[in-house]
Amino acid sequence: MVTKNKKPVSKWSAQVFKTLKDADIAQVSYVPDAGHADLISTCLADDHLKTTRLTTEEEGVALALGAWLGGERSVLLMQSSGVGNCINMLSVIQETRSPLLMLVTMRGEWGEFNPWQIPMGQGTAKALEDAGVIVYHVDEAGDLTETVYAASQIAFNAYRPAAVLIGQRVVGFKDWRKK
Amino acid sequence: MKSNRRITLNRRDVVSNILRDRGDALIVTGLGSTTWDAAAAGDHPNNFYLWGGMGGAAMTALGLARAQPKRRIIVLTGDGEMLMGLGSLATIGAAAPLNLAICVIDNQRYGETGMQETHTGHGVDLAAMAAGAGFAETQTVWSKQGIEGAIPHLYETDGPVFVDVKVNTDRVPMVLPLRDGTAIRGRFREAVLGARAFD
Repeated sequence: MVTKNKKPVSKWSAQVFKTLKDADIAQVSYVPDAGHADLISTCLADDHLKTTRLTTEEEGVALALGAWLGGERSVLLMQSSGVGNCINMLSVIQETRSPLLMLVTMRGEWGEFNPWQIPMGQGTAKALEDAGVIVYHVDEAGDLTETVYAASQIAFNAYRPAAVLIGQRVVGFKDWRKK
Repeated sequence: MKSNRRITLNRRDVVSNILRDRGDALIVTGLGSTTWDAAAAGDHPNNFYLWGGMGGAAMTALGLARAQPKRRIIVLTGDGEMLMGLGSLATIGAAAPLNLAICVIDNQRYGETGMQETHTGHGVDLAAMAAGAGFAETQTVWSKQGIEGAIPHLYETDGPVFVDVKVNTDRVPMVLPLRDGTAIRGRFREAVLGARAFD
């Protein structure tokens, strides 16, 4: 049996949820990740948020553009492996100089057991930066709320794509030695 | 399997027919021939032209449809663009927006890159895929009569609606709309949101 290194996952999820509400987020789209599980279920339970389940992350980039064209702010939730699926669609955000707020839970960077997660996990920040996205990396749970809020402000007030990478140290990693 | 059914509809006639009585509908066009088709039918601030992001037209429209539930949102895109975003059919079917319709102008070719064939001329039925994804109304149109029957579905039937219109490969004049992405989005947002566009 696999156990999780117990981090206060639901605590940071609750804080991030409140921050998203403070930033007037109206739409949430997501490809599930274990790290985002609590945040996703909190969003789904909120009657005022419009949630969209995606088949692949690039759909969420296009959806964010459409939401903003229609006057609503949105957030896109994904795992780091999903960043690679977004690259060409990010060109649309850059060319139209539109806001995009992405919250990315990291794999392949801290205590990772699955070697297949390493290539995209190690390339996540670089890939986003090369695609014109402003990247914030959070490794301390205490910094998360402030960073998400700051990213939302630069996204929606300065009309730019911004991603918050939520480090594996914050999310917690699977410790495969523990039985 | 390759289809040999004869196709007579002209893409420009179809698109100008669809847009003739557009009312206050918001139109999202996909890269690239449908963007030129919409421009040829008459430039309009309620048109959002995509010149890139292939595969993203339908999802852009879904975000817009959810933000503007009282407006009708119509996607005009090509078969190649739609094939690149097939997953979005599943996403839209599940999201079930009442106010969204997708119209694929299907010439069974990648028109901007040398008219190479797409899957839709080889047995891939986009309308059947949309039906399988749970779209409320789906059809494939081959005739002028068919397009007249389909237009009310695009504008009025509770969605999501999907119409695939088979069009021929006759050459049409190049008509290019606004190209600057910031200008396109600024003009569109102002048309939809008024002064709030610049908050």
